[in-house]
Amino acid sequence: MRLRTDLGGIPVLAVLVAGLAAASAAAGCRPGADADVLEFWAMGREGEVVQRLVPEFERRHPGARVRVQQIPWSAAHEKLLTAYVGDAMPDVVQVGNTWLAELAALGALAPVEDARAALADVPTPAAADLAAGADEFPGVVAATAIEGVRFGVPWYVDTRVLFYRRDLLREAGVDAPPATWEGWVAAMERLVHGGERYAVLLPMTEWEPPVIFAMQRGATLLRDGDRFGAFRSPAFRAALDFYRSLFQRGLAPRAGAARSANVYQDFAAGWFSILISGPWNLGEMTRRLPALADAWTTAPLPTFAGEGPGVSLAGGASLAVVRTSPRVDLAWRWIAYLAEPDQQLAFWRLTGDLPARPSAWRAAGLADAPRTAAFWRQLARVQAPPTIPEWERIAAKITEHAEGVVRGDVALDAALAALDRDVDAMLEKRRWMLDRAAARRAGRVTDGRDIAGDGARAHAAPDGGVRS
Amino acid sequence: MSRVRRTTLAGGAVGWLFAAPALTAIAVFFFLPVAASILLSFTDFDVYAVASRSNLRVVGLGNYTRLADDALFRTAVRNTLYFVVVGAPLSIAVSFGAALLLHAPLTRWKPAFRAALFLPVVTTLVAVAVVWRYVFHPRSGLLNALLALLGVGPVDWLGDPRVAMPAIVLMTIWKNFGFNMVILAAGLLSIPERLYEAARVDGAGVAARFLHVTLPALRPTLVFVTVMTLIGDLQLFAEPYVMTQGGPAHATLSVVLLMYLEGFRWWNMGYAAAIAVALFLAMLVPSLVARAVGTRPEVA
Repeated sequence: MRLRTDLGGIPVLAVLVAGLAAASAAAGCRPGADADVLEFWAMGREGEVVQRLVPEFERRHPGARVRVQQIPWSAAHEKLLTAYVGDAMPDVVQVGNTWLAELAALGALAPVEDARAALADVPTPAAADLAAGADEFPGVVAATAIEGVRFGVPWYVDTRVLFYRRDLLREAGVDAPPATWEGWVAAMERLVHGGERYAVLLPMTEWEPPVIFAMQRGATLLRDGDRFGAFRSPAFRAALDFYRSLFQRGLAPRAGAARSANVYQDFAAGWFSILISGPWNLGEMTRRLPALADAWTTAPLPTFAGEGPGVSLAGGASLAVVRTSPRVDLAWRWIAYLAEPDQQLAFWRLTGDLPARPSAWRAAGLADAPRTAAFWRQLARVQAPPTIPEWERIAAKITEHAEGVVRGDVALDAALAALDRDVDAMLEKRRWMLDRAAARRAGRVTDGRDIAGDGARAHAAPDGGVRS
Repeated sequence: MSRVRRTTLAGGAVGWLFAAPALTAIAVFFFLPVAASILLSFTDFDVYAVASRSNLRVVGLGNYTRLADDALFRTAVRNTLYFVVVGAPLSIAVSFGAALLLHAPLTRWKPAFRAALFLPVVTTLVAVAVVWRYVFHPRSGLLNALLALLGVGPVDWLGDPRVAMPAIVLMTIWKNFGFNMVILAAGLLSIPERLYEAARVDGAGVAARFLHVTLPALRPTLVFVTVMTLIGDLQLFAEPYVMTQGGPAHATLSVVLLMYLEGFRWWNMGYAAAIAVALFLAMLVPSLVARAVGTRPEVA
């Protein structure tokens, strides 16, 4: 269906909107209207099952209640921004780590150092660890820090490793997973059987594979304080060249999102044997491919050179307290509760999301378990993408130009130049704001009106009348 | 005399009073947002401006000059025009053909056929998209299985930039032809039988009757159907949004989809507003042409 403007429908809509507004006003629907009800927004599957962790928290905190609102991932970003503009934010939100920079730029979140004061009288070890920043994966924590200030407490962690068909590799004469890309490429060559099948699936709609290759090559992606793109650097060029070569040599299919809809069937059929993917597939593959049983397993990412594993991405989601929440103490207690190893493990069992606390991994033996061990080893070598609000857009641009290169529409160097040009244009506003902030500092003017990082660090409400 | 005048005045006021709720709603929910979008298109409103108004810059026509330079926008315009130029005539032809078949005296069970052919129009697009993704699947899809019978090799319908847009056109025609078909069928029913009888008496064959009776009599309906289809097709959005997200390699990126991505995914409201204004101007063209054609004195 196309978008059609229907004037006739407008009065009806108006009545409906007015009715809804009246109804919600009467019901006191504004989040946080009640004194002891903690409003918590969680996304997707997490929002569905976290409800089961609520009763224990309410038992420990008599009088307090937690209201979980589940938000689909696809609508979450928009909803958070509109809630911020409409002053309808909850007390605690689950935030994908790549969104933290944007929300921090808005001044919407409270820094994690606030937890120290709020949790001073909470006796659990998890609260002490949270306040002290202990029992964490350093690479993941770096992904939650915006210009040096942490805004989220990792709830679960996410990184990419290799999922591969052990049986098919063995048939091809590879018994143990190689530690280097060179070794893997040699194995892949043997897997393709002269072109009737492929070795590795690299969906061209995903920015993660080329970015991981670039990080492994030591590329910084951006330069000069994230003011410009640095995609013409030799390191990034080498990474994209390697990415392209996997397609050119017929090791990876030129498949977009449409074909990956059947990724599990294709993996089961041996159409490809290797996949660079994340923890959600531990559960999905077990559930969808019971027939494969032990035929597949995981391995940490290989390296181009030096000791393994190779660097992977630090991802996952964090819990953050909304700066304007009237219940910050209860909010931090809720987060400290969810960070307890027991709750982290309960959550892992419910969702398959990997715990963010190393102590939880050790307690449950996940660090040595067959398929999760690869993640454990990988989490020691993870790196966060640039923590700036523009990152997701930049990532989409990387995908776009990388796809052009893979399809052979553009030459490698031309694509890299175009990528730099596009990214520089995207960062124009950021440069303007950083320069203005620098000029203000030079002129010793500090009115809290600065960009993002500065305004957020001062925890002052950004002025300009958007928020009261 | 004076009594009459008073009544007229009071009548006018009462009229406005009756119209007031609707007018207020239209002003608040239609004209105000439109004015706001136009103003927005002269600024660089983005997520930083949400944080603080001091981060908002008035850029004048900056968004529009950027638009003229934007390769992605040009791609989107090209794709949308392709969809309109290829899709609209095909869609109308299919609708017309189906309407003629429904109207044919030999056709039995007319209401059943009409309902069946109309069914895709009222089916949820997302459900349709899921089914069509299976139809288009390169290795297990129905379409490729049929092509294989003809000896044509497997086509990666949604993964190959060269055929992705034709695939979207195909699905859209199937989904939407029923709507125009019903309107054209109604138009066919309203042609008086005596015109055909007179033509037959004059010795006109099937082709001549179609050319000289059916087509002229259907002209207003055809103009309406064409204009609505063009306007609808220019706003292509949901099909690529659910099927391909604009890919592969931007082959199915439409203007409205680009506007949506800029505005709601990347929160570049200023730039998205400029795209909206440009699209509005583009859609004025078929509307004005339609008015010109529609007001021409009837020749038939």
